[in-house]
Amino acid sequence: MNLRRDVFQAIADPTRRSILLLLASQSMTAGAIAANFDTARPTISKHIQILTECDLLRQEQSGREIYYHFNPNKMKEIAEWLMPFAKMWDDRFNKLETIMKKYKSKK
Amino acid sequence: MEQKTRINAEDGKQELVITREFDLPLELLFKAYAEPDIVEQWMGTKVLRLESKKHGSYQFETSDAQGNVIFRVNGTIHEFSPNRKITRTFEMENTPFGVQLEIYEFEQLTDNTSKLNMHVIYESVAQRDQVLKLPFAQGLNMAHNRIQDIISKLK
Repeated sequence: MNLRRDVFQAIADPTRRSILLLLASQSMTAGAIAANFDTARPTISKHIQILTECDLLRQEQSGREIYYHFNPNKMKEIAEWLMPFAKMWDDRFNKLETIMKKYKSKK
Repeated sequence: MEQKTRINAEDGKQELVITREFDLPLELLFKAYAEPDIVEQWMGTKVLRLESKKHGSYQFETSDAQGNVIFRVNGTIHEFSPNRKITRTFEMENTPFGVQLEIYEFEQLTDNTSKLNMHVIYESVAQRDQVLKLPFAQGLNMAHNRIQDIISKLK
């Protein structure tokens, strides 16, 4: 993988997100992916290259064709990135709830 | 246990929304934000000042177990409507995170349950993403410190 590529940068682009959505349900060749967009073919190829470098897509050779498919494990990593932030707030709010329940019973 | 807190941070936006439902009457939930001694307890921070009123200001100070100050936060309260809404600024002193605008909306669900909607707006998308990564980085740092502790005991 090319270390220049940041996975968050990769999903920040709307075209690349559309490509991921397309491939979520099926594997496709670069040509079939490009056929879904009005954008020039080399631009789509570049997007596919970036997604592949970030490990969001995997290549699979089938005869003379290369099929791209979606790598769900990498997407899971992205979802987990927000987890510590959510957990921090959840812990704080749980504490708030516990303290205020005691406060209520003290009255 | 399943998390009850929802974070909505859309790609490329300089804001985020945190929502949480509480097993508490609305008045008690609001009190937890308005009373300095209660804020101290659940935020785990020292409240140097908290003037819960329009044009009021606040300053909190968080220390580590040894009593060293880790960081201070401060801000100004722009709206303080009991049991309904607090609008305030929030700044972590001496950090590159800038000033954020926080809008807290408190809502009654039933006599004994309530909901908090916390809308946070940052100066830029980059700043928001940096703040989001903070606990992640802290978690890593904590792991590093633990490793360092273990290693230094081996010496």
